[in-house]
Amino acid sequence: MALSPPTVAAAHPAAGRIPLLGLLHEWVVTVDHKRLGLMYIGSGLLFFVVAGLEATILRLQLAVPGNALVPPQTFNQLMTLHGTTMVFFVGMPILLGFANYLVPLMIGARDMAFPRLNAFSFWMSLFGGLLLYSSLLAAEGLYGGSAAPDVGWFAYAPLTSRAFSRGNSTDYWNLALLVSGIGSIGTAINLIATTLCLRCRGMTLAKMPLYVWINFVVASLILVAISPLTAAQIMLLLDRFLGAHFFDTQAGGSAVLWQHFFWIFGHPEVYVLMLPGFAFASEIIPVFSRKVIFGYPVMVAATVSIAFIGLSVWAHHMFVVGMAPAANSFFAISTMLVAVPTGIKIFNWIATMWGGKIRFATPMLFCTAFLFQFLCAGLTGIMLACAPFDWQLSDSYFVVAHFHYVLVGSLLFTIFGAIYYWFPKATGRLLDETLGRWHFWLLVIGFNLTFLPQHFAGLAGMPRRIYTYEAGRGFEIWNQISSTGVIFQAAAIGCFLVNVARALFRGPPAGDDPWDGWTLEWSTTSPPPAYNFETPPEVRSRRPLWDQKHPGDPDWRYE
Amino acid sequence: MSAATLPLAPEWRLPDRGRVGILGLIVAESAIFTIFVVAYLYYLGKSLAGPTPREVLHLPVLVSILLWSSSATVHLAVRALRAAKLQSFTRWWFLTIVLGSLFLAGTGREWYRLITEEGLTIRTNLFGTTFYSLVGLHASHVIVGLVMLTTVFLLALGGHVKATHAGRAEVLSLYWHFVDAVWVVVFTVVYVVGR
Amino acid sequence: MRAARVLAGSHFVVSAAAAARDAAPALPVFDPVSAPADAIVGLATLVLAITAGIFVVVVVVLVTSIVRFRRRPGDDGSEPPQVYGSDQIELAWTVLPILVVFVLSLVTARTIYAVQGAAEPPGALEVTVVGHQWWWEIRYPALGITTANELHVPVSEGAEPTATFLDLESADVAHSFWVPRLAGKTDLLPNRRNRMWIAPREPGLYVGQCAEFCGTQHAHMLLRVVVHPRADFDRWVAAQREPASVDPTGAAGRRVFETTACINCHSVRGTVATGRFGPDLTHLASRDTIAAGAAAMDRASLRAWIEDPDRVKPGALMPAMKLEPARVDALVDYLMTLR
Repeated sequence: MALSPPTVAAAHPAAGRIPLLGLLHEWVVTVDHKRLGLMYIGSGLLFFVVAGLEATILRLQLAVPGNALVPPQTFNQLMTLHGTTMVFFVGMPILLGFANYLVPLMIGARDMAFPRLNAFSFWMSLFGGLLLYSSLLAAEGLYGGSAAPDVGWFAYAPLTSRAFSRGNSTDYWNLALLVSGIGSIGTAINLIATTLCLRCRGMTLAKMPLYVWINFVVASLILVAISPLTAAQIMLLLDRFLGAHFFDTQAGGSAVLWQHFFWIFGHPEVYVLMLPGFAFASEIIPVFSRKVIFGYPVMVAATVSIAFIGLSVWAHHMFVVGMAPAANSFFAISTMLVAVPTGIKIFNWIATMWGGKIRFATPMLFCTAFLFQFLCAGLTGIMLACAPFDWQLSDSYFVVAHFHYVLVGSLLFTIFGAIYYWFPKATGRLLDETLGRWHFWLLVIGFNLTFLPQHFAGLAGMPRRIYTYEAGRGFEIWNQISSTGVIFQAAAIGCFLVNVARALFRGPPAGDDPWDGWTLEWSTTSPPPAYNFETPPEVRSRRPLWDQKHPGDPDWRYE
Repeated sequence: MSAATLPLAPEWRLPDRGRVGILGLIVAESAIFTIFVVAYLYYLGKSLAGPTPREVLHLPVLVSILLWSSSATVHLAVRALRAAKLQSFTRWWFLTIVLGSLFLAGTGREWYRLITEEGLTIRTNLFGTTFYSLVGLHASHVIVGLVMLTTVFLLALGGHVKATHAGRAEVLSLYWHFVDAVWVVVFTVVYVVGR
Repeated sequence: MRAARVLAGSHFVVSAAAAARDAAPALPVFDPVSAPADAIVGLATLVLAITAGIFVVVVVVLVTSIVRFRRRPGDDGSEPPQVYGSDQIELAWTVLPILVVFVLSLVTARTIYAVQGAAEPPGALEVTVVGHQWWWEIRYPALGITTANELHVPVSEGAEPTATFLDLESADVAHSFWVPRLAGKTDLLPNRRNRMWIAPREPGLYVGQCAEFCGTQHAHMLLRVVVHPRADFDRWVAAQREPASVDPTGAAGRRVFETTACINCHSVRGTVATGRFGPDLTHLASRDTIAAGAAAMDRASLRAWIEDPDRVKPGALMPAMKLEPARVDALVDYLMTLR
């Protein structure tokens, strides 16, 4: 089905004879930021379902003690694939896909700065995911199972050395991420150049939508954060294939060095994942509260602060490694500091809602739940920042609970909010509100059922990444409750998929501006034409459509 | 756009996307090099056996001068192109390629000596690992740069490069300057500090 | 009168809580019996109180805004007053969190230094723990004892506080030593020596397990810490220092043991078995479990283990030696004598 109005007739000669072939060809060779954005999001959602199935098996295995649903080798592969897929092939693509789609529209541009680099980055990202999953088809040899990686998503040395990780499973992990990392860096360069160089007339940096600002900061973070992972992975490649000794403890190398390099990437990476979620919330909450975002300059400053401070906190993932007290104290303090701008953002969102006329359409439902759940995530984060407490909680299910509250309870909820919000713009059709409500409530119940008990499992002494546990340790009740949540989450995702499928074919027409929004994307058609805007827009404030709709009381008088 | 008349907006100038793009790439690459430099410094003196930097490394003065001079020549090439002096551009551009190639040849010779005479390979010890990976990473960036420079050179020989392409040539030269700047760091860390 | 009843009531509550706790601690992290774990609970209580307070305040404001400012039915569709920001409010909710962070940082840093910087008292017990895939090698260098998977320490109480200081090393990949009721966890890393300490106040058995993913059987790298009253500990030490017992019922099995590849990996002090790759078996039968907690220490489990370790603990590095049942029986007899 075509998702944009017919533009130029397909140039491929076969297109006339075989319409499907022509359509596929159009999409494969496209450099249009909107189509690439949709492909990013579509492939991300596909991997989401796969990684969700992996998690389902994990939770079924852990539902009762001493379970034998899957052997340990398979469990370890599943948990590695689940984490790796969710971070690199679900989170990053969906968020970069949205940025691809929305940033040029929001700044009044015709496309991204480097359209061909854009396409290259997407295909690299997709091929990375396919490479990772092609490992399932390869034979491992030692255990007879597939060659899927089984070293955990952060692949600590020296477990990843040739000695302890025989066969090529680790190499699939390594190369898949190297490939997709190149794609991420390409998109980051593109976003930065687009934001700096293609803004429409009148849109100074201080007048960009918060969404654009936050993605600009995220793109900058990607440049300095993904690169350390790329470097570490090259080192691992050299170790495994050329006999180098970067992480070879037998030759005097350091296992901790990998951890430092990985987390110098890994911590900013979680901000790369979460900040775009904040960006979604910063667009959706104002529109559905009918109020301008409270404290725009402070929100920008907070975003930049989070990015900067976030570059200095990485070793809070390594509190148990045996660093000196001075180092532990430094990282504890810097980690607590990053909570300050993050908290400020929460307060600003609530202040935006305060005094408004809140309409709880599905996007706003998801963003409201995000506020509650992100508050929980942030507070457990403060607990983990207290290093001695982290000495108990690190590597336990408490941490698993914390980061799922961040990545599912906060990020995924804002992603769903964003999908319900911008789906009409991209397709010209509305998603169903009733199904949306079912999706929302089932997910709230399922998510909290699964992840709230895991805090207690961690406090009970349950470490992460174990494929089973003994009865009588006090883990059973928490695991049982946690596993029941899976049913609700699966049902929620089912509602969502049905909603999308039905809306694509039979959804009611949305019009240009179904939500009464204020940013430039709502000023063009749904879906936008290939060239985005008939005439290049000119803006004078942060909410150009507010100025249009309220000519007697425009924003630029108050900003 | 708005119903009320906009005051005549001042001229709307935004940075050049080519320059911003290449600077973004340089930032990312710098981060990668930084990690390799950190590994090099961290492992200084920690090799359990095998050759040490002081024993086997000689200061590569000549090749470094050649490489850093190529920054000057590429700069002169871009200036010539901007002034539409196409022949001058082609000559300076070609000299840049020659100087870069001589640098690579010098590195190759050094590696040959280290491997065959000193017995230092990437798997010999921590020094070998960090030395070859850092210097090799830089050399691979030189190779990529030379490939791009040569491509443009061949296009220039075919008469396809005009003064209007000065901006693109400048973007490429920025990458080349970056490669030279990295060599300043590598030279200092490996041959000065490390010994 | 009322005061007495209140006191009695509170005493009841406390002892009920204690009884419930003794039965099976629900949250071991909050049931410390040793100094480092105590310090952590102190800090945890503070941060929990602070975060609970923040939670209540923010949730109340959030719920209020949801309830009070939702769009009413019959709304005229006009836009509410647009509030662009407020410098004073922003300042207030920046300064307050910074103060909270300041307080927390101080307490956190103090706790870090108290635990990590604790000086080793004279008379402390020194133990070296070496992590292997997937078992714990436990050595008492000053006492000449090597054992596996069970850490025996003396209680550290009042008159004779005896802390135990652990040197943590690894023979292969990264592991982590975690017994929640005793202390926070610390990693065991190859090519690095880490140090931690415990000072348990109450005798008893405290369980934990490896907390850093170390491969296939990370889940079955269980830890048992047995805290003895002083006299009992001395008796345990004396028994462990003895070379392997020579029991005639185990003679046939001992011959099997010493003529098969067992001695390549295992040590039995006082015999020709001096292998270092696998656990020391000198006093195997004195332990509660085998295979780092994967099975109980009894005839049936031993038999199953020797026949096919991979069936008991899939992925275990001990190979199945493919011995005839009679020889396996003899081996089990022998190992059961190694008390």
